[in-house]
Amino acid sequence: MYEILKAQMLAENIYLMDVKAPRVAGSCLPGQFVIVKIDEKGERVPLTICDYDRTEGTVTIVFQIVGGSTARMSKLKAGDAFRDFVGPLGQPSELCKEPIDELKKKKILFVAGGVGTAPVYPQVKWLKENGVDADVIVGAKTQSLLILEDEMKAVAGNLYITTDDGSYVRKGMVTEVIKDLVKEQGHKYDVCIAIGPMIMMKFVCLLTKELDLPTVVSLNPIMVDGTGMCGACRVTVDGEVKFACVDGPEFDGHKVDFDQAMKRQQLYKTEEGRAYLKETEGDTHKGNCGNA
Amino acid sequence: MTHIRATAATLNGKEGLLIMETDVLKRIPISEQDPKARACNFDEVCLGYNEEEAVAEASRCLNCKNARCIQGCPVSIDIPAFVHEVSVKNFEKANSILSDASSLPAVCGRVCPQESQCEGQCIRGIKGDPVSIGKLERFVADWARENNIKPAPPTVKIDKKVAVIGSGPAGLTCAGELAKMGYDVTIFEALHEPGGVLVYGIPEFRLPKSAVVAKEIDNVRALGVKIETNVIIGKSTTIDELMEKESFDAVFIGSGAGLPRFMGIPGESANGVFSANEYLTRSNLMKAFDDDYDTPIRPGKKVAVVGGGNVAMDAARTALRLGADVTVVYRRSEAELPARVEEVHHAKEEGIKFNLLTNPTEILVDENGWVKGMKCVKMELGEPDESGRRSPVVIEGSEFEMELDTVIMSLGTSPNPLISSTTKGLEVNKRKCIVAEEEFGKTSKEGVFAGGDAVTGAATVILAMGAGKAAAHGIDDFLKSR
Ligand SMILES: Cc1cc2nc3c(=O)[nH]c(=O)nc-3n(C[C@H](O)[C@H](O)[C@H](O)COP(=O)(O)OP(=O)(O)OC[C@H]3O[C@@H](n4cnc5c(N)ncnc54)[C@H](O)[C@@H]3O)c2cc1C
Ligand code: SF4
Ligand code: FES
Repeated sequence: MYEILKAQMLAENIYLMDVKAPRVAGSCLPGQFVIVKIDEKGERVPLTICDYDRTEGTVTIVFQIVGGSTARMSKLKAGDAFRDFVGPLGQPSELCKEPIDELKKKKILFVAGGVGTAPVYPQVKWLKENGVDADVIVGAKTQSLLILEDEMKAVAGNLYITTDDGSYVRKGMVTEVIKDLVKEQGHKYDVCIAIGPMIMMKFVCLLTKELDLPTVVSLNPIMVDGTGMCGACRVTVDGEVKFACVDGPEFDGHKVDFDQAMKRQQLYKTEEGRAYLKETEGDTHKGNCGNA
Repeated sequence: MTHIRATAATLNGKEGLLIMETDVLKRIPISEQDPKARACNFDEVCLGYNEEEAVAEASRCLNCKNARCIQGCPVSIDIPAFVHEVSVKNFEKANSILSDASSLPAVCGRVCPQESQCEGQCIRGIKGDPVSIGKLERFVADWARENNIKPAPPTVKIDKKVAVIGSGPAGLTCAGELAKMGYDVTIFEALHEPGGVLVYGIPEFRLPKSAVVAKEIDNVRALGVKIETNVIIGKSTTIDELMEKESFDAVFIGSGAGLPRFMGIPGESANGVFSANEYLTRSNLMKAFDDDYDTPIRPGKKVAVVGGGNVAMDAARTALRLGADVTVVYRRSEAELPARVEEVHHAKEEGIKFNLLTNPTEILVDENGWVKGMKCVKMELGEPDESGRRSPVVIEGSEFEMELDTVIMSLGTSPNPLISSTTKGLEVNKRKCIVAEEEFGKTSKEGVFAGGDAVTGAATVILAMGAGKAAAHGIDDFLKSR
């Protein structure tokens, strides 16, 4: 069992937890993810690592309610535990592999959307710790759904916040902020890292391609095992089939087939919705057998 | 659970008990769930022998001096000896003979390809049916479990630590053998449940998980073996770290061959194309077939399973139970189907269709990205190649389309490179298989041994078990010589 040391609601339907998992905390790097399973009957839910403390042996996760398992996870409190917590999975962010001196010469722009803010945070923090200031754009639907604002402010170079409905700071999509910074204000960036909903990453990539700004995205396709065993997570990058759980989750955003990736994400939409319904309304449906 | 116990008589259309007494050339028929009923549930298909049937079947054995069956068994079980004990109702003794050679008899009795191993060699098979060795093995192991017979815990303790990676048949066997010798053994398993293919691959209706597999794993634990789940070697930690920082004196790699292959044909990333591994993992490990569990599965209505091995049969029969109309598509003919004969027979009884000598060329996709069909070509068997197998060749102009909503690819698997790529000095071959000596499982890295599918590529439970056992002896020799 993996004990929860802290549980906090960040915004409606968005939760943060610190979980005791010494093996993961001891070996993870920004960009990697874990898979958690609440109990015997829960799904294996992949979540990007949001922070970690090697000495305490804890890993921070942030998740949004999307189905039955995450709905049940949201009810856990400090002192409760996950049945399973495995990782770190996937490749660390490319940034972690570059020599620090090289990184210091670079201007880096992060673009975070919604819960995507959570996985962006450890990367910005890691850079800050290594003496690199990166600019960060955070987009949220509305002010109440904005998360980790203070944390991000503490580690980012410049922080630009935007809300879809204009309820906080400014109104508009993250792409408009990028345009504004690069085209209007003449900022020059060497690399952009965009993490958020698939549709946001798609439009960021369309724009940055036009701006000739290399862009890395972190994909969150459907997964089961997270170790390369099932192929549920396959995505097409530069015409080649990749398994996001082992080859990713980060890829060159200009080469990702987003339309296919978005279609694949729909795969269990109804089933996931069904599990969620069952959680809120009780068992109203039964399994199906061909001949019965 | 509603098992329908078919009588011996209904099974081969003659009068059951009469045959039991008179016709020694025929095996005692085994009770199975009725095909119609079982197509609707995940309960075990084969119900096994009862005591009377087992004794009658065991009595057919000729107790050969030069028993050919033993030569056919990859772990050399003393078959005539255990069968004899069954015939005289000394089941405990029979169990101890089995346990000497095999650590998972309840599993092997259910999933070994006996027809090409022990039973394929049995002298009885020349003139009639071979002795049902597998079913007798299963009977004895089930009897032992029901009567709570546990392996004796080790009497000696050796102060040396061994790490075993993977908890499939290879890992479990290696760990069990080493624990019996007195070593301090820890298994590291990447998934949340131990058992390897036995829990994530082979379905409930062929190998019950809590009734059989979990009990066999409990037996390994009873020997003192520790099992740490959710540890991925190569990610959570590495072999070098286990040896240097956690002071393990030796390591056994039994990480299997879990990476699925795809065909590389157009449309393969469409919604509704799954690897058999994904489909089976959702259903078996995650129990998606049971509404109480959160993990979803898209059962599909019209399903094609591409491939002809055990994995393909398991995927097909799972889809059938989830309510689909299922066709197996295989590029060679029936004689070449690599699956166990019993599985093919069961699949047909349950109503699975076979499109043999057929090869897919493209998956047809609708405008929303969903599978709507599959383009195939017909094949014929050509001249035998160097290996003697007649390889299939395309028949010109034979292209046709199947209407489908789901395609399950079951084209074989290969070892995960995760361990080899993170372990210094561990040699692998072209197929990413770890290079290990057959006799004792020694690899190119000192103190590291390997066996099972990780070394051979996808093979069988019994070969993996045999390799686990051989490596345990290799590790024992290595640790004693230091
Ligand atoms: C669907 C299906 C049906 C089959 N049917 C039959 C049958 O009827 N008869 C038969 O004889 N054989 C059958 N087989 C084949 C048989 O199951 C395998 O040959 C056998 O299980 C191999 O055993 P193993 O211990 O080498 O590997 P596995 O059983 O694959 O176990 C390997 C274990 O290692 C774990 N692992 C992998 N990498 C790591 C890592 N880096 N760190 C930690 N743990 C790791 C895996 O999660 C897994 O649990 C079937 C296989 C499948 C998939
Ligand atoms: S070959 Fe057949 S008849 Fe002979 S000992 Fe083995 S099981 Fe018995
Ligand atoms: S999640 Fe199964 S292969 Fe990636």
